[in-house]
Amino acid sequence: MFDKNAKPSPRRQQQLDRYKQLVERMSPNSDMGKGLLRAFWVGGTICTLGQALQEIGKAWLGMNNTAASTFCSTVLVFLTALLTGLGVWDKIGQYAGAGAFVPISGFANAMVSPAMEFRREGLVLGLGAKLFTIAGPVLVWGVSASVIVGIIYAIWPW
Amino acid sequence: MLWSFVKAFALGGALCAIGEFLVLKTKLTPARILVGYIVAGVILSATGLYGPLAEFAGAGATVPLTGFGHALTNGVKKAVQEIGFMGAFTGGLTSTAAGIAAAVFFGALAAMVFKPRPK
Repeated sequence: MFDKNAKPSPRRQQQLDRYKQLVERMSPNSDMGKGLLRAFWVGGTICTLGQALQEIGKAWLGMNNTAASTFCSTVLVFLTALLTGLGVWDKIGQYAGAGAFVPISGFANAMVSPAMEFRREGLVLGLGAKLFTIAGPVLVWGVSASVIVGIIYAIWPW
Repeated sequence: MLWSFVKAFALGGALCAIGEFLVLKTKLTPARILVGYIVAGVILSATGLYGPLAEFAGAGATVPLTGFGHALTNGVKKAVQEIGFMGAFTGGLTSTAAGIAAAVFFGALAAMVFKPRPK
Protein backbone atom coordinates (compact mmCIF):
# COMPACT_ATOMS: atom_id res chain seq x y z
CA MET A 1 0.00 0.00 0.00
CA PHE A 2 2.84 2.36 0.83
CA ASP A 3 4.99 1.53 -2.14
CA LYS A 4 7.54 4.31 -2.29
CA ASN A 5 8.28 3.74 -5.93
CA ALA A 6 4.69 4.00 -7.00
CA LYS A 7 3.96 7.00 -9.14
CA PRO A 8 1.88 9.59 -7.29
CA SER A 9 -1.58 10.09 -8.59
CA PRO A 10 -1.98 13.06 -10.97
CA ARG A 11 -3.73 14.99 -8.25
CA ARG A 12 -0.98 14.22 -5.75
CA GLN A 13 1.63 15.12 -8.34
CA GLN A 14 -0.04 18.47 -8.82
CA GLN A 15 0.18 19.09 -5.08
CA LEU A 16 3.84 18.16 -5.06
CA ASP A 17 4.61 20.50 -7.93
CA ARG A 18 2.80 23.30 -6.27
CA TYR A 19 4.70 22.64 -3.05
CA LYS A 20 8.00 22.71 -4.91
CA GLN A 21 7.14 26.04 -6.50
CA LEU A 22 6.15 27.43 -3.13
CA VAL A 23 9.45 26.33 -1.57
CA GLU A 24 11.38 27.92 -4.40
CA ARG A 25 9.50 31.16 -4.04
CA MET A 26 9.81 31.37 -0.27
CA SER A 27 13.45 30.37 0.10
CA PRO A 28 16.07 33.09 -0.42
CA ASN A 29 16.99 33.58 -4.06
CA SER A 30 20.17 31.59 -3.83
CA ASP A 31 23.08 31.10 -1.49
CA MET A 32 25.09 33.22 -3.90
CA GLY A 33 22.85 36.28 -3.68
CA LYS A 34 22.53 36.01 0.07
CA GLY A 35 26.26 35.54 0.56
CA LEU A 36 27.13 38.51 -1.63
CA LEU A 37 24.62 40.74 0.13
CA ARG A 38 25.89 39.79 3.58
CA ALA A 39 29.53 40.30 2.56
CA PHE A 40 28.60 43.62 0.98
CA TRP A 41 26.81 45.15 3.93
CA VAL A 42 29.14 43.90 6.65
CA GLY A 43 32.27 44.78 4.66
CA GLY A 44 30.78 48.14 3.76
CA THR A 45 29.96 48.83 7.40
CA ILE A 46 33.50 48.03 8.52
CA CYS A 47 34.88 50.40 5.87
CA THR A 48 32.41 53.10 6.90
CA LEU A 49 33.56 52.69 10.49
CA GLY A 50 37.11 53.09 9.19
CA GLN A 51 36.09 56.27 7.37
CA ALA A 52 34.50 57.59 10.57
CA LEU A 53 37.69 56.87 12.51
CA GLN A 54 39.70 58.79 9.91
CA GLU A 55 37.36 61.77 10.09
CA ILE A 56 37.54 61.70 13.89
CA GLY A 57 41.33 61.59 13.78
CA LYS A 58 41.45 64.56 11.40
CA ALA A 59 38.74 66.69 12.97
CA TRP A 60 39.25 66.12 16.68
CA LEU A 61 42.71 64.66 17.22
CA GLY A 62 44.58 67.03 14.91
CA MET A 63 45.99 64.26 12.71
CA ASN A 64 47.15 64.63 9.11
CA ASN A 65 45.98 62.19 6.42
CA THR A 66 48.71 59.63 7.04
CA ALA A 67 48.30 59.64 10.80
CA ALA A 68 44.51 59.42 10.51
CA SER A 69 44.77 56.45 8.17
CA THR A 70 47.20 54.75 10.57
CA PHE A 71 44.89 55.53 13.48
CA CYS A 72 42.01 53.93 11.57
CA SER A 73 43.87 50.66 10.88
CA THR A 74 45.21 50.47 14.42
CA VAL A 75 41.80 50.87 16.02
CA LEU A 76 40.19 48.36 13.63
CA VAL A 77 42.98 45.87 14.34
CA PHE A 78 42.57 46.38 18.08
CA LEU A 79 38.80 45.94 17.97
CA THR A 80 39.08 42.78 15.88
CA ALA A 81 41.69 41.27 18.17
CA LEU A 82 39.41 41.96 21.12
CA LEU A 83 36.28 40.57 19.42
CA THR A 84 38.20 37.51 18.24
CA GLY A 85 39.36 36.86 21.80
CA LEU A 86 35.81 37.20 23.09
CA GLY A 87 34.58 34.75 20.45
CA VAL A 88 32.30 37.32 18.82
CA TRP A 89 34.30 37.63 15.61
CA ASP A 90 33.76 33.94 14.77
CA LYS A 91 30.05 34.64 14.54
CA ILE A 92 30.54 37.73 12.38
CA GLY A 93 32.84 35.69 10.16
CA GLN A 94 30.32 32.89 9.79
CA TYR A 95 27.62 35.36 8.86
CA ALA A 96 29.53 37.68 6.56
CA GLY A 97 32.23 35.50 4.98
CA ALA A 98 34.44 37.74 2.88
CA GLY A 99 32.77 40.79 4.39
CA ALA A 100 34.64 39.95 7.57
CA PHE A 101 37.97 38.76 6.21
CA VAL A 102 38.65 41.13 3.30
CA PRO A 103 38.96 44.32 5.42
CA ILE A 104 42.08 44.78 7.55
CA SER A 105 40.09 43.35 10.46
CA GLY A 106 40.32 39.99 8.70
CA PHE A 107 44.09 40.25 8.79
CA ALA A 108 43.98 40.82 12.55
CA ASN A 109 41.57 37.93 13.02
CA ALA A 110 43.81 35.68 10.92
CA MET A 111 46.63 36.41 13.36
CA VAL A 112 44.76 36.10 16.67
CA SER A 113 42.62 33.12 15.83
CA PRO A 114 45.44 30.56 15.25
CA ALA A 115 47.61 32.18 17.93
CA MET A 116 45.01 31.49 20.63
CA GLU A 117 45.77 27.79 20.16
CA PHE A 118 49.42 28.30 21.07
CA ARG A 119 49.33 26.62 24.46
CA ARG A 120 50.28 23.20 23.15
CA GLU A 121 53.54 24.52 21.71
CA GLY A 122 54.35 27.02 24.41
CA LEU A 123 54.36 30.78 24.69
CA VAL A 124 57.59 31.81 22.98
CA LEU A 125 57.59 29.52 19.96
CA GLY A 126 53.93 28.51 19.75
CA LEU A 127 52.44 31.97 19.97
CA GLY A 128 55.22 33.53 17.93
CA ALA A 129 54.85 31.10 15.06
CA LYS A 130 51.07 30.75 15.07
CA LEU A 131 50.49 34.49 14.82
CA PHE A 132 51.91 34.16 11.31
CA THR A 133 50.12 31.03 10.10
CA ILE A 134 48.08 33.11 7.65
CA ALA A 135 49.66 36.54 8.11
CA GLY A 136 53.03 35.06 7.10
CA PRO A 137 52.04 34.17 3.53
CA VAL A 138 50.21 37.49 3.20
CA LEU A 139 53.31 39.44 4.21
CA VAL A 140 55.73 37.29 2.19
CA TRP A 141 53.81 37.70 -1.07
CA GLY A 142 52.75 41.28 -0.47
CA VAL A 143 56.22 42.51 0.46
CA SER A 144 57.87 40.52 -2.33
CA ALA A 145 55.49 41.94 -4.91
CA SER A 146 56.17 45.46 -3.64
CA VAL A 147 59.95 44.93 -3.79
CA ILE A 148 59.61 43.87 -7.43
CA VAL A 149 57.53 46.98 -8.14
CA GLY A 150 60.17 49.07 -6.35
CA ILE A 151 63.04 47.61 -8.37
CA ILE A 152 61.20 48.22 -11.63
CA TYR A 153 60.33 51.73 -10.48
CA ALA A 154 63.96 52.45 -9.58
CA ILE A 155 65.02 51.47 -13.10
CA TRP A 156 62.15 52.96 -15.11
CA PRO A 157 60.21 55.47 -13.02
CA TRP A 158 56.82 56.05 -14.60
CA MET B 1 30.96 64.00 5.42
CA LEU B 2 27.92 61.80 4.88
CA TRP B 3 28.83 61.44 1.22
CA SER B 4 32.30 60.17 2.19
CA PHE B 5 30.61 57.48 4.31
CA VAL B 6 28.41 56.43 1.40
CA LYS B 7 31.43 56.15 -0.89
CA ALA B 8 33.40 54.16 1.69
CA PHE B 9 30.44 51.85 2.23
CA ALA B 10 29.88 51.27 -1.48
CA LEU B 11 33.46 50.53 -2.52
CA GLY B 12 34.34 48.63 0.64
CA GLY B 13 31.21 46.55 0.32
CA ALA B 14 31.88 45.88 -3.36
CA LEU B 15 35.43 44.69 -2.70
CA CYS B 16 34.11 42.32 -0.01
CA ALA B 17 31.35 41.07 -2.30
CA ILE B 18 33.98 40.24 -4.95
CA GLY B 19 35.84 38.27 -2.26
CA GLU B 20 32.66 36.41 -1.35
CA PHE B 21 32.04 35.69 -5.03
CA LEU B 22 35.49 34.12 -5.23
CA VAL B 23 34.78 32.04 -2.10
CA LEU B 24 31.52 30.72 -3.52
CA LYS B 25 32.57 30.24 -7.14
CA THR B 26 36.10 28.91 -6.77
CA LYS B 27 37.82 26.54 -4.41
CA LEU B 28 40.09 29.30 -3.10
CA THR B 29 40.40 29.34 0.69
CA PRO B 30 40.06 32.66 2.53
CA ALA B 31 43.80 32.65 3.24
CA ARG B 32 44.60 32.43 -0.47
CA ILE B 33 42.12 35.17 -1.24
CA LEU B 34 43.84 37.40 1.33
CA VAL B 35 47.19 36.80 -0.38
CA GLY B 36 45.54 37.42 -3.74
CA TYR B 37 44.00 40.70 -2.54
CA ILE B 38 47.32 42.04 -1.27
CA VAL B 39 49.16 41.15 -4.47
CA ALA B 40 46.27 42.50 -6.56
CA GLY B 41 46.46 45.74 -4.55
CA VAL B 42 50.20 46.01 -5.21
CA ILE B 43 49.70 45.48 -8.95
CA LEU B 44 46.63 47.73 -9.28
CA SER B 45 48.45 50.44 -7.39
CA ALA B 46 51.61 50.09 -9.48
CA THR B 47 49.61 50.39 -12.68
CA GLY B 48 48.00 53.55 -11.33
CA LEU B 49 44.47 52.17 -11.12
CA TYR B 50 44.13 52.05 -7.35
CA GLY B 51 45.27 55.57 -6.56
CA PRO B 52 42.16 57.26 -7.96
CA LEU B 53 39.95 54.72 -6.17
CA ALA B 54 41.61 55.54 -2.84
CA GLU B 55 41.26 59.23 -3.59
CA PHE B 56 37.58 58.73 -4.30
CA ALA B 57 36.46 56.29 -1.62
CA GLY B 58 38.86 56.88 1.27
CA ALA B 59 38.56 54.10 3.80
CA GLY B 60 36.45 52.11 1.33
CA ALA B 61 39.67 51.57 -0.61
CA THR B 62 42.26 51.60 2.18
CA VAL B 63 40.58 49.36 4.77
CA PRO B 64 40.19 46.26 2.52
CA LEU B 65 43.43 44.33 2.09
CA THR B 66 43.92 45.63 -1.43
CA GLY B 67 44.56 48.93 0.38
CA PHE B 68 47.38 47.24 2.24
CA GLY B 69 48.95 46.37 -1.10
CA HIS B 70 48.34 49.94 -2.25
CA ALA B 71 50.18 51.22 0.85
CA LEU B 72 53.09 48.86 0.11
CA THR B 73 53.43 50.17 -3.44
CA ASN B 74 53.01 53.80 -2.43
CA GLY B 75 55.70 53.43 0.22
CA VAL B 76 58.09 51.77 -2.19
CA LYS B 77 57.64 54.45 -4.85
CA LYS B 78 58.09 57.25 -2.35
CA ALA B 79 61.21 55.66 -0.88
CA VAL B 80 62.73 55.11 -4.33
CA GLN B 81 62.16 58.79 -5.11
CA GLU B 82 63.82 59.77 -1.85
CA ILE B 83 66.75 57.41 -1.44
CA GLY B 84 67.02 55.67 -4.80
CA PHE B 85 67.33 51.97 -5.47
CA MET B 86 67.44 50.79 -1.86
CA GLY B 87 64.02 52.35 -1.39
CA ALA B 88 62.64 49.26 -3.12
CA PHE B 89 63.49 47.38 0.07
CA THR B 90 62.70 49.97 2.73
CA GLY B 91 59.53 51.62 1.43
CA GLY B 92 56.93 48.86 1.66
CA LEU B 93 57.40 47.95 5.29
CA THR B 94 57.93 51.56 6.33
CA SER B 95 54.53 52.62 5.06
CA THR B 96 52.74 49.60 6.54
CA ALA B 97 54.73 49.45 9.77
CA ALA B 98 51.95 50.72 12.03
CA GLY B 99 49.37 48.24 10.77
CA ILE B 100 51.76 45.30 11.04
CA ALA B 101 53.09 46.30 14.46
CA ALA B 102 49.57 46.86 15.77
CA ALA B 103 48.43 43.48 14.47
CA VAL B 104 51.47 41.72 15.99
CA PHE B 105 51.15 43.47 19.34
CA PHE B 106 47.38 43.32 19.81
CA GLY B 107 47.34 39.83 18.31
CA ALA B 108 49.90 38.51 20.80
CA LEU B 109 48.14 40.28 23.65
CA ALA B 110 44.71 38.92 22.74
CA ALA B 111 46.06 35.39 22.27
CA MET B 112 47.67 35.47 25.71
CA VAL B 113 44.69 36.96 27.54
CA PHE B 114 41.86 34.93 26.01
CA LYS B 115 41.50 31.17 26.13
CA PRO B 116 40.31 29.36 23.00
CA ARG B 117 36.81 28.05 23.39
CA PRO B 118 35.43 24.84 21.96
CA LYS B 119 33.75 25.50 18.65
